[in-house]
Amino acid sequence: MAMVSITVNGKKFQVPAGMTILQACRMKDIYIPTLCYHPELKPAGACRLCVVEVNMAKTLVAACVYPVADGMEVKTNSERVRKARRTIVELLLTNHPKDCLTCLKSSKCELQKIAQELGVRKLRFEGGERRQHIKDESTPSLVRDPEKCILCGRCVRMCHDIQGMDVYGFQKRGFNTLVAPAFDCGLGDVACSLCGQCATVCPTGAIMERDDTDKVWAAVNDPDKIVLVQMAPSVRVALGEEFGMAPGSIVTGKMVSALRKMGFDYVFDINFAADLTIMEEGYEFIDRIKNKGVLPMITSCSPGWVNTLELKYPGLIPHLSTAKSPQGMFGAVAKTYFAERKKIDPSKIVTVSVMPCTAKKYEAARPELSDSGFTDIDIVITTRELGRMMRSLNIDFANLPDGEFDSPLGTGTGAAVIFGTTGGVMEAALRTVAEVVTGESFDKVEYKEVRGIAETREAIIPVGDLQVKVAVVNTLKAAQEMCKRVAAGTADYHFIEIMACPGGCIGGGGQPIPVDFMKRMQRQKALFSIDEASVIRKSHENPEIKTLYKEFLGQPLSEKAHKLLHTSYKNRKK
Amino acid sequence: MKTLADLQTLRAEYIKKLQIVAAEKVLVLIGMGTCGIAAGAKQVMVSLQEEIKAHNLSNVVIKQTGCIGMCEQEVLVDIVRPNEARVTYGKVKPSDVKILVEEHIIGGRAVKELAVGRYPDANVDKGYGDVPKYREIDFCKKQQHLVLEHCGVIDPSSIEEYIAVGGYEGLAKVLTSMTPEAVIDEIKKSGLRGRGGGGFPTGVKWQFAHNSQADQKYIICNADEGDPGAFMDRSVMEGDPHRVVEGMAIGGFAIGATEGYVYIRAEYPLAVKHLREAITAAEQAGFLGDNIFGSGFSFHLHIKEGAGAFVCGEETALMQSIEGKRGMPRPRPPFPAVSGLWGKPTNINNVETFANVAMIMVKGADWYAGMGTDGSKGTKVFALTGKIKHTGLAEVPMGTTIREIIFDIGGGIAEDKKFKAVQIGGPSGGCLPESMLDLSVDYDSLIKAGAMMGSGGLVVMDETTCMVDVARFFLTFTQAESCGKCTPCREGTKRMLEILNRIVEGKGREGDIELLEDLAETIKDTALCGLGQTAPNPVLATLKYFRNEYEAHIKEHCCPAGSCTALTKYVITDKCKGCGLCKRNCPVGAIEGGSKGQHKIDYNKCIKCGTCMANCPFKAIVRE
Amino acid sequence: MPAEIDYQQVDKILAKYANDKGTLIPIMQEVQNLYNYLPKAVLEYLSQKTEIPLSEIYGVATFYSLFHLNPRGKYIIRCCQGTACHVRGGAGILAALEKHLGIKAGETTADGRFTLETVACLGACGLAPVMQVNEDTHGRMTPTKVPTILAGYK
Repeated sequence: MAMVSITVNGKKFQVPAGMTILQACRMKDIYIPTLCYHPELKPAGACRLCVVEVNMAKTLVAACVYPVADGMEVKTNSERVRKARRTIVELLLTNHPKDCLTCLKSSKCELQKIAQELGVRKLRFEGGERRQHIKDESTPSLVRDPEKCILCGRCVRMCHDIQGMDVYGFQKRGFNTLVAPAFDCGLGDVACSLCGQCATVCPTGAIMERDDTDKVWAAVNDPDKIVLVQMAPSVRVALGEEFGMAPGSIVTGKMVSALRKMGFDYVFDINFAADLTIMEEGYEFIDRIKNKGVLPMITSCSPGWVNTLELKYPGLIPHLSTAKSPQGMFGAVAKTYFAERKKIDPSKIVTVSVMPCTAKKYEAARPELSDSGFTDIDIVITTRELGRMMRSLNIDFANLPDGEFDSPLGTGTGAAVIFGTTGGVMEAALRTVAEVVTGESFDKVEYKEVRGIAETREAIIPVGDLQVKVAVVNTLKAAQEMCKRVAAGTADYHFIEIMACPGGCIGGGGQPIPVDFMKRMQRQKALFSIDEASVIRKSHENPEIKTLYKEFLGQPLSEKAHKLLHTSYKNRKK
Repeated sequence: MKTLADLQTLRAEYIKKLQIVAAEKVLVLIGMGTCGIAAGAKQVMVSLQEEIKAHNLSNVVIKQTGCIGMCEQEVLVDIVRPNEARVTYGKVKPSDVKILVEEHIIGGRAVKELAVGRYPDANVDKGYGDVPKYREIDFCKKQQHLVLEHCGVIDPSSIEEYIAVGGYEGLAKVLTSMTPEAVIDEIKKSGLRGRGGGGFPTGVKWQFAHNSQADQKYIICNADEGDPGAFMDRSVMEGDPHRVVEGMAIGGFAIGATEGYVYIRAEYPLAVKHLREAITAAEQAGFLGDNIFGSGFSFHLHIKEGAGAFVCGEETALMQSIEGKRGMPRPRPPFPAVSGLWGKPTNINNVETFANVAMIMVKGADWYAGMGTDGSKGTKVFALTGKIKHTGLAEVPMGTTIREIIFDIGGGIAEDKKFKAVQIGGPSGGCLPESMLDLSVDYDSLIKAGAMMGSGGLVVMDETTCMVDVARFFLTFTQAESCGKCTPCREGTKRMLEILNRIVEGKGREGDIELLEDLAETIKDTALCGLGQTAPNPVLATLKYFRNEYEAHIKEHCCPAGSCTALTKYVITDKCKGCGLCKRNCPVGAIEGGSKGQHKIDYNKCIKCGTCMANCPFKAIVRE
Repeated sequence: MPAEIDYQQVDKILAKYANDKGTLIPIMQEVQNLYNYLPKAVLEYLSQKTEIPLSEIYGVATFYSLFHLNPRGKYIIRCCQGTACHVRGGAGILAALEKHLGIKAGETTADGRFTLETVACLGACGLAPVMQVNEDTHGRMTPTKVPTILAGYK
């Protein structure tokens, strides 16, 4: 690699040519504050917070976009630079609500952090015009407060570059510029998947998950209610970050203990329902193969993806597995099977899901998810909300002892836990399908062919006589490209797994922030290590699942299973 | 058409054709540029046609032409009888047409009261001796028309007339006898610098684009003349569009671009029309298209109309707009010469720059470099507007002083008021006071004085213009036109404007001037594009030269120029004779009063436009 | 104002630009020529046909000041606020227009006859102050001329 010689703050460095000043400085551990910059998005050079002094330009230059050059002398912290940065933050704050004390993003807000770092102690332009805009509360998943928007455009780039949904755009211009969906509609009025990736990159409180924590406390504190909590596989490898632990820390047991401290009556595991999903979805797949059903079959556990399909590609609905997502199955089983077994009035049960996902809030609110005769899932909170709730009790999370899940909805296999990463559902399904189809038991458990992090991967897996062609897709941009191929008939696969978020649920819109590629990799690695350490690694071998079928459901795809565990989708084209 | 000789044969043929017409017919040329039309040229044209018909004249040909730059004199009509002098008439109204037809067209006598000048090359002065020679009138004496040489002279919709005056010979020469490198060298040697703002050497810019390797390159003409107060590019496109086409084709050859775009603001419908016609005509004649002059060089030219965004005058924003996106500038590097339109190497020059190219090719770099100053060669067209006697376009050699332009060419200040300042370079430029009048106009002197060449708008201000208000005016403009991408421009100009607003309203605070200066420095230092970086210039320049006016507003709550409406009001004094003129002229019916009695202003209705004061024959209305 | 959108007309415009690049702006310009503004339904249709996201189309439509998202009057008055017009009393012309029409810049009269807009510069600075009514440019304006000129537009 060609190297160039640059001087930063008087010290000489050799750095690769073609790098930006920011990349070079980060590599050499020299801090430059940023706002509109995000490591996973194309830099915009818009906020100008990262300005530095260089000998090759008359004005200050934005380090995030300005390339290094041989002989360049950079000053990252001169008085001129500090003054400029302070004024820029001052300007942003002048056009920003001053409600930090009550803001949901407080202490996680990048603007707040930078204002403190730079020592902005006075707003000299206070009293000027400020952007006025009503909040967008049109969806159960996300709340947008455009008054808090600093127009960094990270959500716009995320929604365009990574997700390909193009929900957000810059509107109007100059001081009146606004980031919003077309015609300044609410997210609920446009084709938004509610994946929440925008919320993971928003530096301020302008886009956040809808906060449902009060509802949870109210249920927990209601003596008439039996409150069940259950969490998705990916939560256990991310929640630690909410308490300052290293990315990829496995905190399953600590989480259970903390949940008990919070006062939940039962602490269950969505992994149980993930195994159930594999049973139903796996049998559905075999049925489609045998009876020449619609292929390729596509997974349906990612509600961001399901929303995208319903909103933009409703013609492909027949490809979607009718099996409910693990969350959907859990709720239906909890308020029937569990209630019967424990002799609890199901109307007293409150089911609380902890999800890596903002779209799950929407999924739970779907009228289809009431097959138990009640609302199957009552409240969905994200990993971030759970972190806030636990912090509010001042729980010393890192030092908690490991707790155990309750039974009968608390056992999950290694197959279930990898649902949390891209490729995991596919691998879990293959483990079961291979054995069901052949009637044999294999030593081969790991299907490394479908593992990875690339947005689209494919493999051919021999199952008995059949060469099963599979594809694994993550991010909605890749998903939509796959949709076009399926619609065009050029997607020659039997089975496709699609996850809306980068990396799957480990990179979900409700996961701890800030997040980046390395953190997602750590979380993924942690999931695979849980799987590897599991005694039972195939869904159909989960003893609680076996009992469930024996005592309650009968067979996979039975009439009862169909009623409770399968669903339908609708054309919501916008 | 394959050679220069072919073109010259064609030229001879067209000259002859024009001569035959000129020998038999009376030519009447009406200036039908935007200014002419705004002043009523269409009505004059109708009257002319009617009058000619009424007199049953069959030997009169009415032609439309562009603008000769004497906006003050619009409507302009030129009359030339066979083998007689061409006489230009100014401020022609439909009611003047009868006498023009009867006296000049029929009688062969100049109408002296309306005559502005006659062309010196006319060999016969019979009957026109009293009319001053065109080049000798004050407005023209110090001018040197190169870029504007054909404006108002030829019919812009006729490619034949352009060829007859030597058009496309530059392109022919380049394509039949020069290499791209030689063209670039010639432009470098000529010292031509970009006429759109910064004054970057054109040859160097071409060299960059030439050096970039790519399967496709583009050349773009920036015709988004957005600087308020500048209209020379419009005049060139309206009056001599082929000149721009030819310059672009030469540029395309030099850098290796086969596709060109003219990005033109939609506020210039006539310029768009004339350019479109010119492109079509040039395609038909073989000056555009494939294998031009058999050279193997192909060049296709397209027009893209803007949609109302000043920021699209910035190169990178302009390219975004051509691509159909929001015109938001992007960071540089990479520069357009490396990655421009659709990611391909692209060269952008403005209209006036391209208009200089063909003549450099024909007459040579040495000839061109012989004009102007050491660092700034050739001429520059200025748009003279504001409180000046003769508004219009003035093309002068680089190095002419501002005083010469304003006082010798422009005739000084209108209504014999006192000169206060001249604004140069549009919203990015600055205001220069009287003490700077002897500054020579060239790129470097202007920058040093805190202004800039910009596109060449010169807005003259007199003692009644408030300089704080002027600064506020420009900030209002840049604020409204900020694209909103970068923080300093979007938020910073807003705060500057808020401070200026309170100052002109008499609510300025102690420390506001320092706050303005502080913020201005940060915006200059941190904004993303050139527009943001120069947005504070009008404030800084007025603060530099007219700080006392700011202080008067803040400390004494008064506007020394008597112009800020919040700090002034009109009062009818007891000198009022009750004539009612003010009442009749008031556009909003704010004046009450019966006949003979003293009138009164209803301040709830008054919009402080000053019409009453201007119309009072007894000077009974004063501004307080 | 169009009671119904004639999508055949829109298709014709789309067909005209089918083979070009970067055509969103010229397409919208032609649509606006058709309807005098950009109806929401047409923008949605354009998004479907061109596969340009609606958020982007809307972003472009609201970026450029010559695009309008609401129906406008029969006559569009553009009052120039350029530098030359400003120092020669352009603000007074605008004030007179606003008073006379009873609307602010950017608004349309109740009878739908006039829409009042400001424009950065019409390039007729030599005749400042100027205003434009549809295609007609009126130079050397005074506040007094306003009522007379507007009376000519029925």
